[in-house]
Amino acid sequence: MQIYLPIAELPVNVLLVLFMGLAVGFISGMFGIGGGFLMTPLLIFIGISPAVAVASVASHVAASSFSGAINYWRRRALDPALAAMLLIGGLIGTTAGVMLFTLLRALGQLDLTIGLSYLVLLGTVGSMMIAESVQAILRARGGRPAEIRRPGSHMWIHGLPLKMRFKVSKIYVSVIPIWLIGFVIGFIGAIMGIGGGFLLVPALIYLIRVPTGVVIGTSMVLTLVTMAYATVIHAATNHLVDAVLALILMAGGVIGAQFGARTGARFSGEQLRLLLGILVLAVGLRFAYDLIVQPVDLFTVRAVEEQL
Amino acid sequence: MSARIVTLAILLALASPARAERLITTLSTSRVLISSNFTGADVVLFGSVERDAQTVARRGVYDIVVTVTGPRETVVTYRKERVFGVWVNADSRTFVKAPSYLTVLANRTINDIADVNTLRRTQTGLARTLLPQEISGDIADSTRDDPFRQAFLRLKIERGLYREIQNGVTFLTPALYRAAIPIPDNAPTGLYEVDVKLFADGALLSRQQTALEIVKVGFEQFVASAAREHGLFYGLATALMALLTGWFASVVFRKD
Repeated sequence: MQIYLPIAELPVNVLLVLFMGLAVGFISGMFGIGGGFLMTPLLIFIGISPAVAVASVASHVAASSFSGAINYWRRRALDPALAAMLLIGGLIGTTAGVMLFTLLRALGQLDLTIGLSYLVLLGTVGSMMIAESVQAILRARGGRPAEIRRPGSHMWIHGLPLKMRFKVSKIYVSVIPIWLIGFVIGFIGAIMGIGGGFLLVPALIYLIRVPTGVVIGTSMVLTLVTMAYATVIHAATNHLVDAVLALILMAGGVIGAQFGARTGARFSGEQLRLLLGILVLAVGLRFAYDLIVQPVDLFTVRAVEEQL
Repeated sequence: MSARIVTLAILLALASPARAERLITTLSTSRVLISSNFTGADVVLFGSVERDAQTVARRGVYDIVVTVTGPRETVVTYRKERVFGVWVNADSRTFVKAPSYLTVLANRTINDIADVNTLRRTQTGLARTLLPQEISGDIADSTRDDPFRQAFLRLKIERGLYREIQNGVTFLTPALYRAAIPIPDNAPTGLYEVDVKLFADGALLSRQQTALEIVKVGFEQFVASAAREHGLFYGLATALMALLTGWFASVVFRKD
């Protein structure tokens, strides 16, 4: 069943796209992430231009994180004050990211930047997650207790000014690193078409020491708002958001996420982190392959947008 | 003096149709509509070669070449090179106002229809189409063996947007011909010029132009124009749609 996408300007198989939405939604529900880092490469793989893919996936991620955020809100498993502080950085970062996206597109280096960013980011984060979770699993096997949060430990982050008390998370930290984390996530999210949940969750746990109970819900609020905002400004500046494509992806994504969440509950935290780490690293390596192996065709063409 | 010669030439040219063949063409449709189930289409061109009593008798047969040119766009062709172990777009050429779509249909091998000079002068055939490049501010046609030009043509052919069909025109009778113009599913929207050339004995006898339009209709058109003309509202609507979908899912799948 073919449907013509009005902005991507090519026909796609509805069932294929719906299935991709379901599969990515399943994974995102299982790990509590948006799934943009899987969806964007998949869309590029089926022939949608990277620019349209990045812009359209933003709305898909917004949909799945909103449905997730509502569930966490019902259980009061998110910290609104922390989410608000992250958003200040996040919205500025998203704006800057879309500006750089527009500039790189004009220079003809957008595809390379997307490829390199995926390689570096996913390669590093994936390897770190694998290493960390394997250690945790081995520790658990050896009967030693898992490393718990050391209340007395001080990092340079805790010496920064502008401290603020976050009641739900029960932490007292400077807002500067929180703004910075929000900015970085928003910035790379807008360029790479990812929500950044898989980066934000570890950053909040290890750097800010946010309790694991509220971290996913809070990260979903940031993802939701930055991705909804990215959708709006990608649409307003680059006119690249394909609403038809986004709707099919979302429909599959939110359904898949429900089943993923049920499956995810059967695994331990370490096992989930190991699986996610392998997945993240695999996507990163796929981009490495494209960048390092000589392409079949050295030439590419791209129409320059006529300014109306 | 020279003005008088030009006037004379024009008068002669105006007088000449009496003995030359005339082309009559018609298209099966002048509007190709892109709706949500569009997967490509064929537009059929019918035509006949009109002769009158004064037309000189010809030994050879007629040859027809149909050239369909889509809306023009400026296209950058990039060439990747290895920089620090990574393949990057290093070099590029800008093709100014190149046809986004170009199909040449003929009734036999184009090189047999006329000699190279005539073909080049009349821009007949894919290889002889002008593709001007912008080189440091100047615009000049690229040479035929330019690697960027060749790559550009090759990529366009791979995408089905450029085609040359040597037996794409069929003569039903010695004067009646038919050609099917393939419109691929990724054809850009806009006005397509259809240029029909009549050759006989290697000379261009007559030329006839018509046009067809490719437009998005209904929902497709609505979405595309909303995205382009009201980007902000379109974005807000898409974001709202995302939120509604997410909210709907959380209500439907609520566990309690």
